[in-house]
Formats: sequence, C-alpha cells, structure tokens
Amino acid sequence: MNKDLVVERRSEGAAVVLTPQSDIDMARAPAMRTAVAAVIRDRPPTLVLDLSKVIYVDSSGIATLVEALQISLKNNVRLVLVGINPRVQSAFEITKLVGMFNISDSVAKAAG
Amino acid sequence: MTPEPDISIRIFSEPQLLAGVRALVEVVGTGMGFAEKNRCLMSLAIDEALSNIIRHGYDSRRDGLIWIHIWRVNEPRGLRFVIEDLARTVDPAKIKGRHLDDIRPGGLGVHIIKETMNEAEWEIRKDGGMRLTMSKRLSDEERQSLEPNARGTTNP
Repeated sequence: MNKDLVVERRSEGAAVVLTPQSDIDMARAPAMRTAVAAVIRDRPPTLVLDLSKVIYVDSSGIATLVEALQISLKNNVRLVLVGINPRVQSAFEITKLVGMFNISDSVAKAAG
Repeated sequence: MTPEPDISIRIFSEPQLLAGVRALVEVVGTGMGFAEKNRCLMSLAIDEALSNIIRHGYDSRRDGLIWIHIWRVNEPRGLRFVIEDLARTVDPAKIKGRHLDDIRPGGLGVHIIKETMNEAEWEIRKDGGMRLTMSKRLSDEERQSLEPNARGTTNP
C-alpha cells in the first residue's frame, strides 16, 4: 500500500536538491507539488530534482514536473532534472516532453 | 461468444490501489513476452485510464467501483483489457487527448492511452457508467524473441 511521498531536501552549494523517495503518481503527486512550491518560494538560483529513486511516474507526476518547470521559469529559478531511469524516460518520451527539461547526469553538475 | 477473462478484479476508486494494478499488468505483460519498455507504457496507460475514471468520473470520490478484466490473446499475441465503471458518462466522441505542443500540466492521460495501445475504445454501458476496451499486441521484435513453446492463451 502506498504511503505519502517523502521528499528529501538538501543544499548543494547554492542549489537546492529535492529527492523524492518513491514513485510520483496520482496518490503522491500532491506531496511533490508542495515540496517544489516550498523551494521556489525561497528562490534559490537552481533547483535540482533528483529522480534517481523514482521508478514510475504517471501523468499526474509529469504534470507536477511541468508545473515545476513553469513556476521555476516564472521565478527565475533554474530547474534541472537528474537521475531519470529508462521507465521514467519512456513516460517523458511518449508525452514528448524530453526536450522541455534541462537534464543533467549528476547532481554535482546540475548544481554547479 | 467472448470467453471469460483470464483475470477479473474489482477495485474502489482509490488512488492508492493503482500501484497494485500496475504491478499486476507488469506481471501479466512479462508472462506474455512484452519487453520492459512496452510493459512500462502499458502499465502507464492502464493507470491513466483508472486515474481518469477516479478524477473525472467519480470526482475523486473513493467509494466508486471499477472492474478490470484482462484476456491473454493468442492471435495476434497480446493482451486485451476492459475497464468498466459506474461513474458519470461522457460522450465517447468528446474523449480526446490534448495537443502536445501546448505545454501545460494535465490532459495527458488520453494521449498516453492512444499512443500506447493498439486499440482504445470508449463506450457508454447500457447499465450506466463507461466501458473502455483496449488491446496491446506484441511487436514483431517481441514475437521473435518468444520461445517457440510459449504457453497457449485464450482468443476472445
């Protein structure tokens, strides 16, 4: 049975790194949305979403990431995604969103 | 006459139950010979169909009923899914995915279903609610990689 999504928050230099600890689906997307909004309110130069522990993302999760992108742009926060596994990549591909996001292969690079 | 489904389950319209359905689709998809990417997309499509029923059909109520029936199909090899509910009905002609050039959250579910499945057809049930029938066939590559003595399936 699912539990609420736990989203770890830490700093990496001036960047803030959010690491959701499990899948982002319909049941868990609200917690992710709340975590992103809290970071954006602080307006760090960079927000890194480390998705390395996310095995599955549904359209609610994708919508949450699109929202994160939109509010990041509006608040001059650079949003970078890291740790996308092939399954999450498939969801991005089928929704043709791959090119929309800034994607990096490590948290250190993303935060730099 | 359509044979009985290989699997039939009934769930409440509770988002936390969807992970279990996804797992079921993964297992059945593996048994049929679907590759990981297609299993993932198929689970996503079923998940989207259920999410849409919960969100739009039952207005996020958690006590609605949803039935999921699965057939293993032999020729052409693949899976057939029927999802039924007693939720608010909608004209099937109005069920459309949004244009993906319009970058905004939401409205992706129908697009995902249509892109992933070989067939997806919505209809209004005589007894109320909606029925969504979907099928997914193995790709040529997946068929070729099957063992020659792969076990038999039903053929609705």
